[in-house]
Amino acid sequence: MALAPAITDLEQLKEHPAVARLVEWNRMAVEGAKFDRDEMSIWLERSVLREACVLLRDDSGCPFNFLSDVTCVDWYPNEPRFEVVYHLLSILKKERVRLKVRLSADSPVIDSVTSVWPAANYFEREVYDLFGVRFTGHPYLRRLLMPEDWEGHPLRKDYPVEGYR
Amino acid sequence: MSHMTPMPVMEATQDRTMILNMGPQHPSTHGVLRVILEIDGENVVRIMPDIGYLHTGIEKTCEAKFYQQVVPLTDRIDYLCPMTNNLCYVLAVEKLLGLEIPPKAQWLRVLMNELTRINSHLVWLGTHAMDIGALTVFLYCFREREDILRLFEAISGQRMMTSYFRIGGVALEPPLGFFDRVREFANRFPSKVDEYENLLTGNPIWVMRTKGVARITAEDAIALGASGPTLRGSGVDIDLRRDMPYSGYENFKFKVPVAQEGDVFARYMCRVRELRESIAIVQQALDGMPQGPSKADAPKVVLPDREKMKTQMEALIYHFKIITEGFAVPAGEVYQAVESPRGEMGYYVVSDGTAKPYRVHMRSACLANMQTLPQMCEGRLIADVVAAIGSIDIVLGEIDR
Repeated sequence: MALAPAITDLEQLKEHPAVARLVEWNRMAVEGAKFDRDEMSIWLERSVLREACVLLRDDSGCPFNFLSDVTCVDWYPNEPRFEVVYHLLSILKKERVRLKVRLSADSPVIDSVTSVWPAANYFEREVYDLFGVRFTGHPYLRRLLMPEDWEGHPLRKDYPVEGYR
Repeated sequence: MSHMTPMPVMEATQDRTMILNMGPQHPSTHGVLRVILEIDGENVVRIMPDIGYLHTGIEKTCEAKFYQQVVPLTDRIDYLCPMTNNLCYVLAVEKLLGLEIPPKAQWLRVLMNELTRINSHLVWLGTHAMDIGALTVFLYCFREREDILRLFEAISGQRMMTSYFRIGGVALEPPLGFFDRVREFANRFPSKVDEYENLLTGNPIWVMRTKGVARITAEDAIALGASGPTLRGSGVDIDLRRDMPYSGYENFKFKVPVAQEGDVFARYMCRVRELRESIAIVQQALDGMPQGPSKADAPKVVLPDREKMKTQMEALIYHFKIITEGFAVPAGEVYQAVESPRGEMGYYVVSDGTAKPYRVHMRSACLANMQTLPQMCEGRLIADVVAAIGSIDIVLGEIDR
């Protein structure tokens, strides 16, 4: 089974409910989209993330009401360094979509989506703990897995796998 | 939704309340969960789970290993359902590679996956009942669990950390007589579920301790990211095996148990019924087990048979290359979710085109399920906290990773 090439043309991807909704709402907010290996990824402008999430959650046709996961990828030393990744699921339509927001190394700050899905609470704390990405508007942004007095963020690529502090 | 993002519990906020620390070494917290409670007499005013005591940095370790070396790490995340984690990871990598898996391997995976689900639910049922005070059930459950662990040992050589699923198929052909042993177990098991139900379902003490306790509505459960029996116990009918099938689950017929009440008893009933459905899937897998190879035809990815490796030059070369250099995976990213015994287990694997994963992230069902604890427990008694923790079936290895 050979891999089908990824589709990145927005015009071709308009069939997908999430892409259609977001493009119709604000074309400028969508930085790009990719359909690869049967999965849809949408890159969003940082400032519109929370509004876009509310829009997708309350969509009448295909409500993405379930936040599966929030995580982050560190592309060090490339810029923009961080990519925060949101996986949404529509329980009604059994449809998934992945939202991505790129953040630069000097200001890894993004709006929290805890007001949209309370589920984001622990996920965002975990990302803050392990990557050092800050979420504005989070009710209690503290370390989740590492000890409170830990220095550094272990899942960053410039943090060593072995060794002592 | 502000009521669902509770404030941290640090000190008592009223004159009449006090702070009680529960765990991390408390036997009813199933590992090392620490719960901080603000209590007014016996009543819980606020509750905050505190986790991280079992954090081992598995996600970081994965980035330093070859793709095939990550499989044993996935066992250690959720030590009660190792094969579910194996499955989720190998499915993600196979999706990245675009690898097609032969039917026999898929059916073997389904068979072992359902046995794993039974194994996990048995531990849950035993410990959950023990927390609430029904000590006998624990012994009954572990009797059957031992049988399953023996089956695991027969097929993979390991009782708990099986690592049986590999990228491209399964590690070994099942030994002679294995399917007969599974069949014998599957025929016997439904009567054992009757035994557990005889002990609990109609038991007035059990019913009093569980019915109407730790309720959560469907809307709250969805908003807080709950999945699996925790969500189905609140009346949301979703099961990834049926709704977004993977690994050949579309070939199996089974019911998805759903209960409406959203209390501890509803979640208990969902899981007990799942035991019966799982054994039905095991029976179907045994009946329809296809013939053929149990590994994909991809010599650059799948290790050759031992015999071939010792007699054929090419096989030896491939074996050496896979072990020393790994295999390159085309750049891309995949989010693969499976229905683990606890809910939606997801693996997000990012490849940059090399032989080591750039990023492996596990979406833990327990982590999200645990966020429902404050909703369930606030305003109830301390004893109900124990019942609630048991009913969401947490495994701290998976939460902390």
